[in-house]
Amino acid sequence: MNFLEYTFQQIINAVSQGSMFALVAVGLSIIFSLLRLTNFAHGDMMMVGAFGTLVMQLAGVPFLLAVLLGIVISAVVGIIIERIAYRPVRGAPDVTMLLTSVALTYILENLGILLFTSSPRNFPLPDWMNASFNLADGRISFTSINLLTFGLTLLALLFLAWFVRNTQVGLGMRAAAEDLTASYLVGINVNTVIVVAFVMASSFAGLAGVLWAAQAGVVEPHMGFTPLLKAFVAAIIGGFGSIPGAIIGGFVLGALEVFIQSLPSEWGLGAYRDAIVFTLLIAFLLFRPGGIVGVKQEVKL
Amino acid sequence: MKYSRLIIALGALLAFTLLVPNILPQYFVRVLIVMGINIILVASLGLSNGFTGVFSLGHVGFMALGAYSSGILTLEVSKKLAYLPDLPGFLAGYNLPFLPATILAGLLCAAVAFLIGIPLMRLSGNYVSVATLGFLVIVNNVLINAETLTRGARTFTGIPDFTTLAWVMAWMVVSLIVLSRIAYSPFGRAMRATREDGIAAQGVGIQVLPTRLIAFTIGAFFAGIGGALYAHYLVSFSPATFYIAMMVTQLTMLVLGGQASLTGATLGVVIVTILSELLRNLERGFNLGFVKLPAVFGASQIALGLIFILVMVFRPQGLFGDNEISFVANQADGNEPRVQDHP
Repeated sequence: MNFLEYTFQQIINAVSQGSMFALVAVGLSIIFSLLRLTNFAHGDMMMVGAFGTLVMQLAGVPFLLAVLLGIVISAVVGIIIERIAYRPVRGAPDVTMLLTSVALTYILENLGILLFTSSPRNFPLPDWMNASFNLADGRISFTSINLLTFGLTLLALLFLAWFVRNTQVGLGMRAAAEDLTASYLVGINVNTVIVVAFVMASSFAGLAGVLWAAQAGVVEPHMGFTPLLKAFVAAIIGGFGSIPGAIIGGFVLGALEVFIQSLPSEWGLGAYRDAIVFTLLIAFLLFRPGGIVGVKQEVKL
Repeated sequence: MKYSRLIIALGALLAFTLLVPNILPQYFVRVLIVMGINIILVASLGLSNGFTGVFSLGHVGFMALGAYSSGILTLEVSKKLAYLPDLPGFLAGYNLPFLPATILAGLLCAAVAFLIGIPLMRLSGNYVSVATLGFLVIVNNVLINAETLTRGARTFTGIPDFTTLAWVMAWMVVSLIVLSRIAYSPFGRAMRATREDGIAAQGVGIQVLPTRLIAFTIGAFFAGIGGALYAHYLVSFSPATFYIAMMVTQLTMLVLGGQASLTGATLGVVIVTILSELLRNLERGFNLGFVKLPAVFGASQIALGLIFILVMVFRPQGLFGDNEISFVANQADGNEPRVQDHP
């Protein structure tokens, strides 16, 4: 394998990984921009989407329809938790909302354990999902899951870009992100905007959950936690609260993780990937709190 | 007499501590030990999160550091050879008794907290929470990978079972007294001032960063002590023991009782401990005579989570708010003018 092929393979890995992070991070950022809510329960929407898809498949629904229903289920769960948990604490201090979301994570993961036990379950895939493609005599390879991850993320993000520019609710979303109270005063239906934001964020997370489960081959109740942490990092290094920021952050993080993994193993850094990534997060918070795109934030005292 | 209530309370606690292991079954003693350790942990968490407004999610990270360092320090030399053959020379050759190992674990945590606190205490609100959560993830990642010191993700075992109810109660009393002396001193008032309004606090000459840093460091010291006690109670554990689930449990205890109240923290621990023991027994399933309820594992955690959310929605300041039950009469503790949570 020559250097060019190696680099190309790594770029494929980085793009696939990065689109997943971007997909989850965008949802975190939308919700943060509206409510200043650091939503820990967002990762569990991945779990809900994946389990929803699994249950539908076990009930005999064809794969694509099952995925669609899984995403719908995570959107519905998003609406429910917004209504029963986040709306009552809206406008409370940031930390109160953060704690509410931590409690929700705890409830959702334990519900997952209660319904499906904590042991990982096989995530069945149709054959065409597992198909792999080879270039340069097999020295570069990728699967249709890689392709789908990138393609679907692209579609979702294009839809989001269209939505926030061309629909009334989308414009309301951008206004509310600037100033929730002021947009309420000028007659924007803030509740609708927030519910739609949760539907978007949760269905993106649900889709990401299905893709994540497809890549891992299994689903389990705690599956959303690690990607959630990564999405936090992506959203913050990109610029917390900014949609382009979350996307950029996602791809930067994906590239960084793949880069760390590809370092020579005798350096021993690969195993410390998470520690390095989180050190980077803390460094960004301290030195460039607005992230790569430079969102205005009051982060420091 | 000024201290009569304190002396009576301590006397009662002493009698309780001496009697309980001889009267009650081992199960209750173990519950009481964990409860005492949690009181140390949650009360010290309250010092940074409640009194100072540095909402840390990294307390369990310090606890893990304390548990591992005290475990390494006390492990018998022969066991060190068996379990941790690659330990650096200065750690391999000897082992320490319980008390010095515990104190060293606490000091190590305080030192780490001081170092990471210098940059982190500049962050506000959500950001300090996310950054301290990052610290917890980093600690977990390092513990899993530093195999020569920790056996990695495998179980760290063979630690002497030093932790008795008496040790826990003694440390609990020490930590509560120290924490209350700090929280209700002029320095404690400075802590609360930085929580309410950093800029106003600076305006009246309070140095915000050092104040937050000291509170964070002291909290970490007791987290290390609590971790050490927990290590010598569990005897074997792994990095996964000290992670998100434990963080959520401690946060539940703290917010239920009242973040800016040591009494609240203590009672929060007591309430959550009793509730989760009861629920844990219920979820095994029980027979009502005519219907038999099946075992529902995980239901107790869900119930605790729901309680957590109910507290956040209906009483975000916790059951006790910032009220205290004082054991010292005529002291400023109970009746000084208080800063309200949400003016």
